[in-house]
Amino acid sequence: MTDTSSTTVAPAGRPGVSGDPVVAMQAITMEFPGVRALEDVDFRLFPGEVHALMGENGAGKSTLIKVLTGVYTATAGTTELRGERIAFSGPAEAQASGVSTVYQEVNLCPNLSVAENILLGREPRRLGSIDMGATRSRAAELLRRMGLDIDPGSILAEHPIAIQQLVAIARAVAVDAQVLILDEPTSSLDQDEVAELFRIMRHLRDEGVAILFVSHFLEQVYEIADRMTVLRNGRLVGEHLTRDLTRLQLVSAMIGRELGVLEEVERLAADAADAAEVTGGGDRAPLLEATGLGRRGSIAPFDLRIAAGEVVGLAGLLGSGRTELARLLFGADRADSGEVRVDGRVVSLRTPRSAIASGIAFCSEDRKGEGILADLSIRDNLVLAMQAARGWARPIPRRTKDELVEKWMTALDIRPKNPDALVGKLSGGNQQKVLLARWLVTRPRLLILDEPTRGIDIGAKAQIQKLVAELAAEGMAVVYISAELEEVARLAHRVVVLKDRAKVAELDGSASVDEIMALIATADGDVRTEQVAS
Amino acid sequence: MTSAQAAPTTHGPGLLERARGSRLLWPLVALVALVLANAVRNPGFVEVRLQDGHLYGSLVDILKNGAPTLLIALGMTLVIATRGIDLSVGAVAAISGAVACTTILGSADPTSPAAALKGIALALVLCLVLGLWNGFLVALLGIQPIIATLVLMTAGRGIAMLVTDGQIITVRNDFFAEIGAGFLLFPISILIALAALAAVALVTRRTALGLLIESVGINPEASRLAGLRSRTIIWTVYVFAALCAGVAGLMISSNVSAADANNAGLWIEMDAILAVVIGGSSLAGGKYSLSGTLVGALIIQTLTTTVYSMGIAPEVTLVFKAVVVIAVCLLQAPKVRERFTRRRRPPATAETTPPTRPRASDATFGTEPVAHDATAPKQKVAQS
Ligand SMILES: Nc1ncnc2c1ncn2[C@@H]1O[C@H](COP(=O)(O)OP(=O)(O)OP(=O)(O)O)[C@@H](O)[C@H]1O
Ligand SMILES: [Mg+2]
Repeated sequence: MTDTSSTTVAPAGRPGVSGDPVVAMQAITMEFPGVRALEDVDFRLFPGEVHALMGENGAGKSTLIKVLTGVYTATAGTTELRGERIAFSGPAEAQASGVSTVYQEVNLCPNLSVAENILLGREPRRLGSIDMGATRSRAAELLRRMGLDIDPGSILAEHPIAIQQLVAIARAVAVDAQVLILDEPTSSLDQDEVAELFRIMRHLRDEGVAILFVSHFLEQVYEIADRMTVLRNGRLVGEHLTRDLTRLQLVSAMIGRELGVLEEVERLAADAADAAEVTGGGDRAPLLEATGLGRRGSIAPFDLRIAAGEVVGLAGLLGSGRTELARLLFGADRADSGEVRVDGRVVSLRTPRSAIASGIAFCSEDRKGEGILADLSIRDNLVLAMQAARGWARPIPRRTKDELVEKWMTALDIRPKNPDALVGKLSGGNQQKVLLARWLVTRPRLLILDEPTRGIDIGAKAQIQKLVAELAAEGMAVVYISAELEEVARLAHRVVVLKDRAKVAELDGSASVDEIMALIATADGDVRTEQVAS
Repeated sequence: MTSAQAAPTTHGPGLLERARGSRLLWPLVALVALVLANAVRNPGFVEVRLQDGHLYGSLVDILKNGAPTLLIALGMTLVIATRGIDLSVGAVAAISGAVACTTILGSADPTSPAAALKGIALALVLCLVLGLWNGFLVALLGIQPIIATLVLMTAGRGIAMLVTDGQIITVRNDFFAEIGAGFLLFPISILIALAALAAVALVTRRTALGLLIESVGINPEASRLAGLRSRTIIWTVYVFAALCAGVAGLMISSNVSAADANNAGLWIEMDAILAVVIGGSSLAGGKYSLSGTLVGALIIQTLTTTVYSMGIAPEVTLVFKAVVVIAVCLLQAPKVRERFTRRRRPPATAETTPPTRPRASDATFGTEPVAHDATAPKQKVAQS
């Protein structure tokens, strides 16, 4: 296992990968005030390869990408593109030079149409003005290539974050780039979309495009990547052929400990599953009971019972109504039919505030748009929901605040461990942890988690799953939404299957991933709420 | 959890770094420079005399005349922090003065303190209603703040005209005159404005109000989902801004013992917005700085006074202001600030640049590094 720390391999990776690197970064150091995000990192990318950039949350992956595309200017080090020294002034210049990037946080224009977003800046023109018809049809064609069936004329903001991510990818793929960079493109995608994306990536690779790929899903990395570069705490650990490195070796290289890490992850997962086994709602009186709850154009009326200590998973494809259901339970959207009872009493969930007052919390999947407050510190972000519930006139005492912040920053391993750091400057995974902690701090009775482990590294993911299972064991009810069916199947006592914006079935916790998959694939949208579990 | 390693290397910023990073640095420098420039031209400028329990001098005048701007800028700071803007404050100030003066004039004994109190109370109640109106348009109907407050900006002067019947209303009421022209060693007007500033600072810092206001300004939707009463908060800041404008309007009319519907508080919304921006609060909402607003308001007033005392035509004041504002804003712009800090950083020199091949397989030690490639665009090689 000593070879995990070797630094280089021969340039020739996959058969066909040879010659000079298209991107060569040398001794890159990147310092932010108070934080050294990269130190002396070398990185090479060859034409015709898919190269995975691996590392824990905060290892420096996104920073390295942003140095390459000119978002940041490196403190030290050089970057070469096709053997020529470059220092892009920004993403626009990088793109013009054939480096096309999808950043971790989708940065499109939410108020423009899908078509405009895909072709922004290079719209087909006629007589000097933008040809809307041609723009749309060209966008439609690109969307079809992604296997995406949405109206190119629709406004981007109307689509869920996963679709927005796909649109960003379509935009990046639309240019004839020699280098394609994808920073966690699959973090909120379902299997089918991932498969589609991989098909496109392979196609581009075979045409000689160099692809840089970041993902915390090891299966995906092993499926698609030819080579990988591992970072740890801002330093280069090694560059390897994927086939030379076992998962165990990869994980220990990322985490910096040799043995037992994967086992530990698996043990945590097993613990989580065990904890899930022990408790479970059973015949207890429901904590929350929704009857005929629905909203036109969003989700068809559904019934749902959740008992204290129960984890209910929501499974379904993209656009099946998972998030919409959750938003109704939280009052983020207003229901136009049905009622909700908490502890048997009818409550009106007209605003998030009223839901919070009933002990309900909702952690949104869209952490940038609906989650974090980028310009506020970790401390302020953590206590925000709790403070809002107390009201402005009753500030949380400084000491209580410090204790809470210390406790949760440690529990979720939020890095850097500086409560005054601005959340917007954290790595994606750490932002997600802050968001999660904000709700855990409030000790809700029902916690609705929409893709809570999005962008979180494997170690932390297992930790969070375990935490959820433990909280449920202590009596918290949880609604768990994840595109990763394994996660849902492992944690949930019951799985609610959604399709075409309607609840179609309910399975008990022993259901396997395959069973859930089968239901998702076949369930008829017209079938209503059939209790499979007794 | 999984890590035996420490977080990425951290090192605290030095004092100099921090001073350069502080948003208050350049506004303060500008203010001091302005005062110094005046002092050089006319040493009497910085003279302050004590006479009959009053302080006299140009600096005292700046404080006195700057009080309405400061007060309005205070309300504006909170409005801007929530991503809003209030263009109607000047008109509201005019209405406030008009109502106070007509009420005083119409009462049984126009010289009595009771008449003054009645006028003040009525004016402020009306301002509260106007603030509620602005807040209603912005928070409840969701109209863009710039449009919503434009309504009252244009209609407000008309309302003030209606109140005064198109006349300039002059009053002779000693009690009322104290607000804008009185002294308690310092001008009473600046004492009122500073007291309001201190109160806001205290309330926003001691309670969670500051956090909630910033939060709403940074991301309204995320704040709503975190359970904040975003609408109530937004509504409240517009009411507060209108009240500030109301008191400022009282100061203005009290100072000259007259209400001028057309000219009272004319363009003061612009001065207030400038004061906020110069003070370092972002128009995009979120983080705000009350001390910055204080410095900003003083800069604006000092500029105005400077131009007057230099005998330059008042119209030129505006150009002058514009120049200073551009200078201060440029110094605060992230890009310019970055330039300033960047120059101090250790640049990528040839020594730190390793050979072009990866080090482990490095057999080419001593090869000339490519760092001298002069054709590379925007290269950050040492220039010094
Ligand atoms: N603009 C910035 N200012 C200050 N610190 C920053 C900035 N951007 C990144 N950092 C810090 O640099 C480190 C590396 O962050 P980076 O975003 O590159 O991590 P990452 O490997 O992409 O992690 P993740 O898997 O969570 O996305 C983190 O400690 C982060 O806090
Ligand atoms: Mg990242």
